Amino acid sequence: MIRYLIRRLFYALPILLGVNLLTFALFFGVSSPDDMARIHLGGKRVTAEAVERWKVQHGYDLPHFYNAAGEGVEQVTQTLFVQKSLHLFTLDFGTADDGRDIGREIGKRMWPSLVVALPTFLLGLVVYLATALFLVFFRNTALDTVGVVMLVALMSISGLFYVIGGQVLLAKWWQWAPISGYAPGLSGLQFLFLPVLIGVVSGIGDASRFYRALFLEEAGRDYVRTAHAKGLSPFRVLFRHILGNAAIPILTGVVVVIPRLFLGSLILESFFGIPGLGSYTIDAIQAQDFAIVRGMVFLGSLLYIVGLTLTDLSYAWVDPRVRLQ
Amino acid sequence: MNLAWNFQPTVLISDVLLFLLLAAVGIYVWRTSYSENARATWRRVFASRMGRWAAWVMVFFISLGVLDSLHFRTAVETPAGQVQQYSGEVLSVLDALLTPLRMAGEKTYSAPFAKTLLVKESVTLADGSVVRLAPVIAHIHPLGTDKVGQDVLYLALKSVRTGLLIGTLTTLVMLPFACALGIVAGYFGGWVDDAIQYLYTTLNSIPGVLLIAAAVLVVDVQIDAHAEWFNNAAARADLRLLALCAILGLTGWTGLARLLRAETLKLRELDYIQAARAFGVSHARILARHVLPNVAHLVIITVVLDFSGLVLAEAVLSYVGAGVDPATPSFGNMINAARLELAREPVVWWPLATAFVFLFALVLAANLFADAVRAAFDPRGAR
Amino acid sequence: MRVLHFVIAFALMGCQEPINNPHPEDLVGTRTLFSSFSERPKHLDPARAYSSNEIEFIGQIYEPPLQYSFLKRPYELEPLTLTAMPRLTLLDAQGRVLPSDAPATKVAQSVYELHLRDDIRYQPHPAFVPAMHQIDPRIVAGLDDFPERASRVVTAADYVHQIKRLADPRVSSPIFGLMREYIVGLGDLGDRLMARQKIGQPINLEAESLDGAVAVDARTVRITLRGRYPQFNYWLAMPFFAPIPPEVERFYARPGMIEKNLSLDWQPVGSGPFFLAENDPNRVMRLLRNPHYHADFYPGSPDLRLPLIDQAVYSLEKEDIPYWGKFLQGYYDSSGIASDTFDQAIRIAPDGTPELSAEMRERNLQLVTALRPSLWYVGFNQLDPVLGGSTVAARKLRQALSIALDWEEFISIFLNGRGIPAQDPIPPGIFGHREGEAGVNPVTHVWQSNHLQRRPLADAKKLLLEAGWPEGRHAQTGVPLVLYLDTMAGGADAKARLDWYRKQFAKLGVQLVVRATDYNRFQDKMLKGSAQIFEWGWNADYPDPENFLFLLYGPNRKAGLNGENAANYKNPEFDQLFVRMKDMENSPARQAVIDQMLALVQEDAPWAFAYIGKTYALRHGWMASRTPNLMANNTLKYTDLNPASRVAYQHTWNRPALWPLVVVLLGAMLIGVLALRAWQRRDQAKGRA
Repeated sequence: MIRYLIRRLFYALPILLGVNLLTFALFFGVSSPDDMARIHLGGKRVTAEAVERWKVQHGYDLPHFYNAAGEGVEQVTQTLFVQKSLHLFTLDFGTADDGRDIGREIGKRMWPSLVVALPTFLLGLVVYLATALFLVFFRNTALDTVGVVMLVALMSISGLFYVIGGQVLLAKWWQWAPISGYAPGLSGLQFLFLPVLIGVVSGIGDASRFYRALFLEEAGRDYVRTAHAKGLSPFRVLFRHILGNAAIPILTGVVVVIPRLFLGSLILESFFGIPGLGSYTIDAIQAQDFAIVRGMVFLGSLLYIVGLTLTDLSYAWVDPRVRLQ
Repeated sequence: MNLAWNFQPTVLISDVLLFLLLAAVGIYVWRTSYSENARATWRRVFASRMGRWAAWVMVFFISLGVLDSLHFRTAVETPAGQVQQYSGEVLSVLDALLTPLRMAGEKTYSAPFAKTLLVKESVTLADGSVVRLAPVIAHIHPLGTDKVGQDVLYLALKSVRTGLLIGTLTTLVMLPFACALGIVAGYFGGWVDDAIQYLYTTLNSIPGVLLIAAAVLVVDVQIDAHAEWFNNAAARADLRLLALCAILGLTGWTGLARLLRAETLKLRELDYIQAARAFGVSHARILARHVLPNVAHLVIITVVLDFSGLVLAEAVLSYVGAGVDPATPSFGNMINAARLELAREPVVWWPLATAFVFLFALVLAANLFADAVRAAFDPRGAR
Repeated sequence: MRVLHFVIAFALMGCQEPINNPHPEDLVGTRTLFSSFSERPKHLDPARAYSSNEIEFIGQIYEPPLQYSFLKRPYELEPLTLTAMPRLTLLDAQGRVLPSDAPATKVAQSVYELHLRDDIRYQPHPAFVPAMHQIDPRIVAGLDDFPERASRVVTAADYVHQIKRLADPRVSSPIFGLMREYIVGLGDLGDRLMARQKIGQPINLEAESLDGAVAVDARTVRITLRGRYPQFNYWLAMPFFAPIPPEVERFYARPGMIEKNLSLDWQPVGSGPFFLAENDPNRVMRLLRNPHYHADFYPGSPDLRLPLIDQAVYSLEKEDIPYWGKFLQGYYDSSGIASDTFDQAIRIAPDGTPELSAEMRERNLQLVTALRPSLWYVGFNQLDPVLGGSTVAARKLRQALSIALDWEEFISIFLNGRGIPAQDPIPPGIFGHREGEAGVNPVTHVWQSNHLQRRPLADAKKLLLEAGWPEGRHAQTGVPLVLYLDTMAGGADAKARLDWYRKQFAKLGVQLVVRATDYNRFQDKMLKGSAQIFEWGWNADYPDPENFLFLLYGPNRKAGLNGENAANYKNPEFDQLFVRMKDMENSPARQAVIDQMLALVQEDAPWAFAYIGKTYALRHGWMASRTPNLMANNTLKYTDLNPASRVAYQHTWNRPALWPLVVVLLGAMLIGVLALRAWQRRDQAKGRA
């Protein structure tokens, strides 16, 4: 088990390195350190000297890959790539262009993201599975046909419409909850209502249809027919056999996204003013704060790999036939 | 001089690609007509009422897109004896057909079929007094006009092409990568498989929107640095659109590649391929003759399924600020501009409603068509 | 129904307050101002902050020597922490005192002497307790973990310290480049410090001396400027010249502080009416009343001691819709009016003045209007081969485009009438601006029956013909004219605006290609001078025509020189006049020079003068009415409100709608019935089988 985890870790390293290289190439291709300096010093009265000073201060005055001025190891270490990109491996995200420590900020912001994303995820899972089971239970009836058509219709609506419409309808006109905002602790419950509801509803088309297809596949198998033939109650067949056997494919799809819940949702967070990592990322993209975006890309990849590992582990846990070596 | 017939065809790169794509589909159809098997499958697609309906709606949208992809520039009056000059403005056949809508610009908002503008203006009367009244408009707009007075119906019809291009050209970029890498990885296995798996796991592990946003920024910088590449606004917007498709394609091939790899892994062990190998048939030949045709159904299903997702992705990317050129008519741009209008009083609902209806119809048709295709092509679905 | 209401209220919040109140419950009914900010301020260090969203906060926290008088118009400076206005002495090269009207060429140095009041005290802060400097910052989580705090009186040395900080390379003050030209020795100090930083030596500002800023005694600061700089007084009203206690800087400089965001950029320490009690720029910023604030009264009312409120809570609000929605629900106290909500809020009365719509009056809202001391323009890069330069053809082309850009239409579509078309680079309220017929730009407008009228398009077409582009095509080759507009417009409204630009140029048969880029690239292009047409705005630093006309001063070019003259306009005659005007007192003679300068730029048309925006703001009925002061940045202390009335309004405006719940319930029941029937039918089918 431990050995498996270690092996997994070694497998993850080259992937993270690849991510690192890719993002470095992208971000230092977009904009030179001069551009970054200028955007951060503000529009009025920026001199070339101020730009130079800013670069020195933020460590952007280094060459990309090779520092001819350095001595020994410094020729390689005193470069943008090592200082700005490889350092991420130590989970030291550096400072944002506004001077704040990114790691600290991520630590602070991941909780609001999680507070919104986790209930959305859990409630969503329950609702989607329930909807799918309901439809499978009533398969080959008008209820199922109408339900599926409605699901397809729901998934054909752009996510933006759910957010825009939900906010205007539920908060502005019906005044069920604050239009936007966030507060930590119990007093923040009122702020969660809207984003969680909208998050769940916007995913219902895709997810329920996916689970329905999964269940139908199970329902078509021979053992299910046998169970029906034996005269087992349809409820029992549905919950014991169909749901039980579909658990593994559900699990693979679900576990992998859990770590990424920390990253939050870009659109929901920015519309509802939730100070999570999603809105942090959007702000960083718009402000072109490359240090943050680099950090978030790295973190996203890291969490994905954690998710893959968790999936493997949970696989072994659910299905005794799978052995981890 | 009759200006109406005096024009110069102008070809944008995306037009060429779109027509290439159409030609490819044409060839496929032509070849299909010789294969009884394939014909039967496609008949199954159109057997369901839903599939037929969806197909008709798609045909409607596609013909809009095609009409909007035949570009030309009209001649401008040139003094005799000089080289004929053409206007810098690039129009399409669709523009020409919709001339009444296109030219009937108002000053600002007007509701569907309204006779006056929505907003009142201060008008100074002859006696110097100021009154507030809504100006009368000259044209009828079935879906109203937007903030700068453009006809909303016209905008929505123009947006169709953008959505179609994103949904199809992306696939065009994605397919070679996905097919080549997926099949090669599954067929050869070993280090080739490892390398390709590494590549797509790496790409997959980066949050998609971030990767796309970053890449779009890079392309923007390049486009801005080389203004001399474009002789008109249309060419510039076109390149930006193509770049977006390319980026979506380059980041989106991993899913299909994984499917194809798994399928090829299975196929490779089958008797007839083992036999072909034993007879010394070259790898290239095996891949082209035996593997590719047998995974074609996966490719078709994926292409059709991805289409609607891509059209929807455009809207979200525009919100994040990594979508198509702001001047290109697109559903994402329409929604983005229209969302503020809901806060107005009286509410300006028609641009958002129009974008909603058109986008919904397009995506719904695509989804239903995809369902029909999947049911017909997927051997398990046929049960 | 009431049971249902109770259930929802209980489920969602379990209290009596409206369930959609976004603010903490314990602030209900307190003397707290609720406002918002749309972008987290990047710097709160007064040597560094320059953006309006940063000044909005630190203006309340720091006190520079001078302030704008709250009520007087035209804007006028008055002492804030000084006993009197600074005493100015002019010296010639030999150090002899000159009369105050001496010509600028003779003046070698200007000496400002500032006498401080003795009752100015800092906010409570741990840095003022020596023992707190002994606590290792690495073991604390935030400022609250320092158990003791204290205050002290502001001294002259604190002001001098801050002026030195302007030269500190670690601070990188945006006005260092400008101030090193004036403050004696500041440039040298900056170079010295930069050199030390390069070789890795520590910097200790307290040990450095600066000839241009000296604490003569505990209450007197002497600032020496090179030459004459009448605008310096205005700079003394900006937080750049507020006092910074050196011990606070020492306190924050210890290792382990900056990692916890404990720095002057995030935890300001000032002597102003408020201090920053909570700084979570991701969500909320909270200003609390400074208990040590000196005696300060509302102008003319010695019984109204400032500040008038106890607290101000600023919530992060990035999107317009939630912001406006919460304002209408009574959760924000005042609001600017976004163009899109204009019709709901404002009606134009028959006499042309704006007034509140019936609905808004019912809500007891107040409307506040003022013209902003700022302007928007569309610049034509003078380095551009097609429309730049001083040739007659290029000038006529620029003039034609200036006429075609119909700003009256723009104001009506995008600003809903909240602005006036600009005629020249000086907005109203600034010395040098001309009203009425005298202020008409003869190139783009005519004065007709007591009314400003844009010239007809035919005039523009004629100019275009004379410029060699009949109908927008080259007279000889017939090639269509294609122009490029660079903009950093982004966001939801950008597309409509860019479409509008294209329409304006199309009226002349000219094609416009819009290149929308981010702020970054835009700056880059401006610096290289590679843009052709661009839109930009300017916000006054201080109410003096120099601060606007320098935007067209040749030696202040953007391209290559990185000045603020973004159009790279260069006219020797204008430049000469500018140098003369710069140092003059406001007088008819100055007006005459300015008139000459305006005529030059109107004729040369390096800009299409766009518009001057009007600020319309709405205030709820519970706010005390105040005339807006758009130059002053410390206006929060004058704000007043009635909390009880606010609570009452919030209750009437926020009642959740219940019928949608009923609809949802009915829908669920319908599905249940259908499911039951399908179930029964299947059972029967099975029974038959």
